[in-house]
Amino acid sequence: MRWTARDLRSLGIGLAYLAPSLVLFAAFVFIPLAETINLSLFNTRATGAITTFAGLDHYLELLTSPAFRTGLLATAIFAIYTVPIGIALGLVLAVLLNQRLRAINVFRTMMSSTIAISAAVGALIWLLLFNPSLGLLNYLLSRVGVHGPEWLIQPTTAIIAVSITTIWLTLGTNIIVLLSGLQGVPEEIYEAARLDGARGLRMFTRITVPMVSPSLFFLFVVDTVAVLQAFTQIHVMTRGGPVDATRVLVYSIYQDAFQNFQFGFASAQAVILLLLVMGLTLIQFRFVERRVHYQ
Amino acid sequence: MKLGRVANYALLVVGSIIVAFPLLLALSYSLMSESEIATFPPPILPAQPTLDNYAQVFATIPIVRYLLNSFVVSSAVVVGQLLTASLAAYAFSFLVFRGRQVLFFLFLTTLMIPWEATIIPNYITIRSIGWLDTYQGLAVPFMATAFGTFLLRQAFLQIPRELWDAARIDGATTFRFLVSTVIPLSRPALGTVAIYGFLSTYNQYFWPLLITNQTLMRTTQVGIAQLRFEETLRWGLVMAGVIMVAVPTLALLVLGQRQLIRGLTAGAVKG
Repeated sequence: MRWTARDLRSLGIGLAYLAPSLVLFAAFVFIPLAETINLSLFNTRATGAITTFAGLDHYLELLTSPAFRTGLLATAIFAIYTVPIGIALGLVLAVLLNQRLRAINVFRTMMSSTIAISAAVGALIWLLLFNPSLGLLNYLLSRVGVHGPEWLIQPTTAIIAVSITTIWLTLGTNIIVLLSGLQGVPEEIYEAARLDGARGLRMFTRITVPMVSPSLFFLFVVDTVAVLQAFTQIHVMTRGGPVDATRVLVYSIYQDAFQNFQFGFASAQAVILLLLVMGLTLIQFRFVERRVHYQ
Repeated sequence: MKLGRVANYALLVVGSIIVAFPLLLALSYSLMSESEIATFPPPILPAQPTLDNYAQVFATIPIVRYLLNSFVVSSAVVVGQLLTASLAAYAFSFLVFRGRQVLFFLFLTTLMIPWEATIIPNYITIRSIGWLDTYQGLAVPFMATAFGTFLLRQAFLQIPRELWDAARIDGATTFRFLVSTVIPLSRPALGTVAIYGFLSTYNQYFWPLLITNQTLMRTTQVGIAQLRFEETLRWGLVMAGVIMVAVPTLALLVLGQRQLIRGLTAGAVKG
């Protein structure tokens, strides 16, 4: 197809409206993205200036690096602890909130309040809760006869502590998304199931869960991506420790780039992070597309 | 799943208290003296509520300056996002031109790129143009939003085409139609974008941590987190700081709940 003068003119007008966004995206998303990939192929000085070509060396180093493997493992454990429990908890609370009751909005606001809470604020509060001597958590555990651990001193419990904090931080979002998913389920479906004799748990597993499966899937992707990007709670609570137990991928990028000044090596890890997030998001897009086709 | 009404309320009350408990506890601890916090078993409510910790926050860190910094940066991001996103959404909804699909797809791809994956070159750029420790360094990188553009585009598409035709007949320019008709009719969606932009900027941590070194350019989140790394950790003080930093966002949640929910569920419910 040939471009006519009219085509060019309307494209010019369109671009004029898009220009502010496009300039910002170019400057802070697309060009930096290309630079990240480029940096991952080079060695750099502590200033960030490129010195020698490294080819795929940084990637090969990642493959053989035990620290990187530990980091990926920590990231995976973090995601496994956080995402399913966070979504399950959100679903239970959303079902509870999906009722026509007086003052239900007060409860909805209270339970979704964590959407407004920053990760820094949440991490500071939970730091106090997990404190072995002053914190309420170990005191409550001791009341039921359990000797609470030194949460942030031991590697296995530190990642649990960070995960609990993260579950709490994402709970508000999960509740709101699932609640609106539940509200989209027509009442007739419940009626029909009730006539067929479905009750209680059976109603929940056979009707409610399948009907909100698009929201569940959406949250699965969004929450996993959020976990992959989680930095604040780790920086405030554990600084990646103890013994690298919470040194997840993003924290490792931060340390290698801004504390060890190995920008090339850190950029290779950033590319891995990019691939993980892109993969997850593409799955989400395809899923949505398929659903639209079947409707 | 019909439970009795009383049982329902009981579950709702218990659930709400558990979810909100950490916040309520932070409030309670902010009103306790350090010696009371150190008693065993850990207290839940202050025996003699005191505002000392709040006074101590003012004496220990420049909290007013932190709040000011965060408000300036977040407001700038909101204004920037509203401008760039309305212009772009307008092009994607009312204007017809070749290449529109490709450009729309380009916007879409930015949603797949995590900020952390580009943070190293962005840091190097901001440093090289002398924007470390500046408001523009904190705000400008976030002034374009693909998410906000989509949200506004959805709202703009709801506006009847007849208005557009009528405006053309009246001789209104393309830009005038945006300013005098499209923007005023899309206030709820603009509100959603604004609240979203404000919350996400105000709650940022990684980027401000990276590009601010001077105490006076710190934002609230980075500023209060520093309290944790003081020589002696004073929990009452930290909790008072936490409450002061969380109050603006909680107020925003209560005031703009409807807008926030609309934003959160935009992508989730109906694909």
